[in-house]
Amino acid sequence: MYSFDPTEEQQMLIDAVKKYADNDLRPAAHEADESSELPKKLIGKGWELGLLQASIPESYGGFGERNAVTGVLAMEEMAFGDLAGTLAVMTPSLFAVPILLAGTEEQKQTYLPKIIEGDWTPYTAALIEYIFDFDPNELKTTATLKGDEYIINGEKAFVPFAKDAKMILVYANLDGQTQGFIVPKDAKGLTVADDREKLMSLDALSMYRVKLDNVKVPAANRVGGASGLDFELVLASMHIAAASAAVGVANAAFEYSKDYAKEREVFGVKVAQKQAIAFMLAEMRTEIEAMRLLTWEAAWKLDQGREDAANEASLAATGAADMAMMVTDRAVQILGGHGYIREHPVEMWMRNGRGFATLTGLAIV
Amino acid sequence: MPIEFEAPKPITQTQFALKTVAEEMMRPKSRYFDEREHEIPWDYIEFMHTAMKAMGGSALAPRDPSPSSPLPQGEGGRGEGEKDKRPPIGYQLIAAQLEALSWGDVGMYHCLPGGGLGAAAVYSAGTPEQRKKFLARFNEDKPTFAAMCITEAGAGSDNSAIRTRAVLDEKTNEWVINGEKIFVTGGDKSFTDYEKLGRGFIVVWASIDPSAGRAGMRAFVVEGGTPGVKVTKLERKMGIRVSDTAAISLVDARVPFENILGSAKVERSTTGFKKAMATFDATRPLVAATGIGVARAALEFLKEKLAENGVQIRYGLPRQKLTNIEREVIDMDVMLKSAWLMVIKAVWLADNRKPNALESSMSKVKAGDACTKITQKVVEILGPLGYSREFLAEKWFRDAKITDIYEGTGQINRLVVARNILGYSGKDLR
Repeated sequence: MYSFDPTEEQQMLIDAVKKYADNDLRPAAHEADESSELPKKLIGKGWELGLLQASIPESYGGFGERNAVTGVLAMEEMAFGDLAGTLAVMTPSLFAVPILLAGTEEQKQTYLPKIIEGDWTPYTAALIEYIFDFDPNELKTTATLKGDEYIINGEKAFVPFAKDAKMILVYANLDGQTQGFIVPKDAKGLTVADDREKLMSLDALSMYRVKLDNVKVPAANRVGGASGLDFELVLASMHIAAASAAVGVANAAFEYSKDYAKEREVFGVKVAQKQAIAFMLAEMRTEIEAMRLLTWEAAWKLDQGREDAANEASLAATGAADMAMMVTDRAVQILGGHGYIREHPVEMWMRNGRGFATLTGLAIV
Repeated sequence: MPIEFEAPKPITQTQFALKTVAEEMMRPKSRYFDEREHEIPWDYIEFMHTAMKAMGGSALAPRDPSPSSPLPQGEGGRGEGEKDKRPPIGYQLIAAQLEALSWGDVGMYHCLPGGGLGAAAVYSAGTPEQRKKFLARFNEDKPTFAAMCITEAGAGSDNSAIRTRAVLDEKTNEWVINGEKIFVTGGDKSFTDYEKLGRGFIVVWASIDPSAGRAGMRAFVVEGGTPGVKVTKLERKMGIRVSDTAAISLVDARVPFENILGSAKVERSTTGFKKAMATFDATRPLVAATGIGVARAALEFLKEKLAENGVQIRYGLPRQKLTNIEREVIDMDVMLKSAWLMVIKAVWLADNRKPNALESSMSKVKAGDACTKITQKVVEILGPLGYSREFLAEKWFRDAKITDIYEGTGQINRLVVARNILGYSGKDLR
């Protein structure tokens, strides 16, 4: 059967996330972007929504089960509030979800309860590399098995909260395959850069370069042990997370520019009464809906373990990235000069919008 | 029910069956009829009529097109007494059927015998007696057609500008209709007397009170062969050439009083007209589905040709690593899949008796865009193979364009979407 209704539980969760996005994230977004600082309290409040906790089974200290559809529903709603805040709240997922998906029993027992018990703690992951032609499937950071240890070498970029992190899940190239390794932040040979990354957006999210110089970790620290992890599945979970965040940001820009167009007068009518503007809004709304549904379908296929789930997820990610760029660009255009001024959030969303094509690896559901 | 994307069994079954029909009965004749405009595909019509009768009545014709008028028992609808716990999937099924047939040949899909839009109008605006009287014919031995006459030379998307008049002759209790209709899909097969066809009808939109504007607009059932009515022209078109598009003139055409759909009294409100227009909320995603069928045909053909020539599409790579053709194909996949999901959502809402005006129009906007862009791209990428009439790609390109035009152009649907999301009336946003 086809159905487009969230379950009652999902709806309750969506409502709670929406409240947080509207009342907490959105009002704080501008100041956070300007000051490059997200208040700890704000992140903590988002953590208390229990999104990650709800996707981890009781046996590992959680109270639910991972469901990709629930994940994208929540992600979209939260990103509607603010992208940087959302990525911060969800950072521990970057570490926990791959372990949940592919970790050995021992890894799950060791790490999952620790991550989700108590307050938000920066467990994080390092996928992106600051190189031309970056491809998550062909990492330049390498891992080599020597005796009962893996030796990791390379440099990672855009690692959220690396400075304060306890543990970093480092993705590295092991014999041509992308694999994950659990690396303690204080491991010998691991250095976190002093200065934060400076990107065209997401200033509020503190991200760092991480250098790995002959870092040694026990063989048992490879996610999934000797059999490793299915990176295609991890990447697909990142793709749908990025896609749903793109839908959320685009929807924020759409709603904001729509409201503005209904207020602003030109030549004696509201600017929204001009077809040139009204048609833009109609197309924005249509494309948002299109990519929302494509993302839902990809998430559903992931939950079902469909063979084509990974392809669908990549289509959703690429489609939603294009859509977010188009929608946020138009939102700025609809506000005209005011859209270019930082007092309105649309320029920030436009800067966010371009990121979805690049920032795979900063979110996972 | 939670969010789910599993096509229900009846849908996958019908898709499977219709794929065979498309491959056996439509594709082999696509080029033949494209090159012989106005020749009627009798073999196909008769085959489809027999097949549909075997499947139980005009199973492929849109039944119960308006969510506001559930079909009474015995007319194909689910009666009060029938307790069926399964969620209704009627519209979803039709959308899947139309998509599958249009994948075969969207022009030949229009030649599917049955009531089409004409019957849809009777279903949504007619009384139970009218339904009984006018619709039984579609289950008879001979294939039978009905058509909708709404457009005029001076009234296209703005169908409130219709100038055809219907005046009641109180002496004979007949409506006397005068006017000129154009772009009547299937008008010839519905009106003209062909030996192989049963007697059909056309539904003619006319004003019974021009001073009342839209409030005075009514639809009339005009039986095939009615004196004073003439098919004056069959249009020659860019695509869907096998489907006849008629111009019909009505000069003092007389129809019985009871052939009016809706009330003969004019009230100064446009609710009646709006209700009639609401028919389009139901049919728009179905027309969108036909566009998606054409687009899928073209995209699948392109992928076949690429594979034959050793071009692989590497899904899942970062954008900058892809070749131009890979990017184009991936973009087309995104367009096609998402447009189809929008159609499914719109008809799913209709099946569940939820308002779907916004979703219907959005699905038509998206499908119109997707269908025209994809077929255009496919011809471009295939180069000489695409442009040549040896393959069907160029035909699909020509066929596709109509799906962005009829049942509301892309622009009209943008207007509907815009008014909906902005909460504007037709006055606020012209």
